[in-house]
Amino acid sequence: MPFDIYDFSSFTGWIDASLRAAMSPFWTIFTEFVLLGVAFLAFYAVVGLLLVYAERRVCAFMQCRVGPNRVGPWGLFQTVADLIKLLFKELIHIKKADKILFNLAPFIVIIASFFALAAIPFAKGLHAVDLNIGLFYVMAVSSVGVVGILLAGWSSNSKYSLIGAMRSGAQIISYELSVGLSLLVIVVLAGTLQLSEIVELQRDGWFLFKGHLPAVIAFIIFLIASTAEINRGPFDLAEAESELTAGFHTEYSGIKFAFFFLAEYMNMFIVASIAATVFLGGWMPLHIGSWDGFNHIMDYIPPFVWYAGKTAVIIYIIMLFKWTFPRLRIDQLLTLEWKYLLPINLFNILLMAFLVLMGWHF
Amino acid sequence: MNGESLIVFFITSLVLVGGAIVFSNYIAPKSFNKQKIEPYECGIPTTGISWLQFNVGYYLFAILFLIFDVETVFLFPWAVVMKQVGLVGMIEILIFFVILVFGLAYAWKKHALVWE
Repeated sequence: MPFDIYDFSSFTGWIDASLRAAMSPFWTIFTEFVLLGVAFLAFYAVVGLLLVYAERRVCAFMQCRVGPNRVGPWGLFQTVADLIKLLFKELIHIKKADKILFNLAPFIVIIASFFALAAIPFAKGLHAVDLNIGLFYVMAVSSVGVVGILLAGWSSNSKYSLIGAMRSGAQIISYELSVGLSLLVIVVLAGTLQLSEIVELQRDGWFLFKGHLPAVIAFIIFLIASTAEINRGPFDLAEAESELTAGFHTEYSGIKFAFFFLAEYMNMFIVASIAATVFLGGWMPLHIGSWDGFNHIMDYIPPFVWYAGKTAVIIYIIMLFKWTFPRLRIDQLLTLEWKYLLPINLFNILLMAFLVLMGWHF
Repeated sequence: MNGESLIVFFITSLVLVGGAIVFSNYIAPKSFNKQKIEPYECGIPTTGISWLQFNVGYYLFAILFLIFDVETVFLFPWAVVMKQVGLVGMIEILIFFVILVFGLAYAWKKHALVWE
């Protein structure tokens, strides 16, 4: 069994070969699909629960509290306990709610986040799909989630839900522009949309450092816009507790509410992964130009540790945003996007294109 | 194993959500109460319908989004082949940009970007 933590392609190839030797092609594909599904289901659940736990610990840290520390070691099983509690809660169907759409909405938000997760390269040779339009695909499918949010708000037959969903929709579609355009800056530099190739191109330096000023501007804009796109504070006015109770999922109870909650945290994971992959080199170790000794030492750290570390740092930054800044008003939010981020972004793309044409990048 | 394995993700997410909802429906207690199925409105009985009119501003931003999102889609192919098409492509995309920035400036001038 060739298990190499530096290159998973030999491991997955070995699984494929041994399955092919044991059964017919159809059953091989079938078994692989089942393995893939189970692996991602487990991964999704574990990451979601860990993120909820991490959020509560970070929040507690920012507010000089202890946070969950009773259930399991350091309170690690607190979110599992919460999940079990939510499973045992009654699923309430609101009077006059649009039943089909009401039940469909959690499916859509979860499917969108699952699809986006499929294209992320976790380590060398460790990705479910490696499309040649990977980055574009992630942007496309992650924006399907807004349909689920709008459906949830509209079908609930509640005024709070409707207002929350409308605000959420306006915010997500506005900031999606900035997310797309800031990623475009890196696409101009890289000349490809395939995520594995984008990571490979960062072997001699991360795009954040290779792209001069435009890449740094794009990174900052991406962080702001993605924080807004996943509806997190300080841009969480879609679910501003003090005025809208819980926004679009006010009327959801039990496990359906848990799915909206889970999808929100998984979206945070996905944008952090994309930021890590596109700007910070994904699973590629930190390499500095011609420092061969340094690069060699960095190569000893396994790729998935690099990936997880970078993603965790960005998730931590996004969490700090929420607990540091006060919530924006909707007019401030839309002004920030349309009057500041969008023009800066358009200019930034031209600047990057100019730099690439002149060959003034590393 | 590439694009077709996306179907796995579709089925897995359906199984996750559907399974959990069915399981929860099975084990969760059920009780009927007339107040419980009312939509939440700070505890008082709801008045009127909930599907009411909302601010037209949302439509305005949706339309603006549509324009600029299509623009982003147009820019992606250019970004991928930018190094090959070189200066000619750059000039063409500059013209495209000028038209778009003009559109944004027009919306700005017309106070379409102001939330009222």
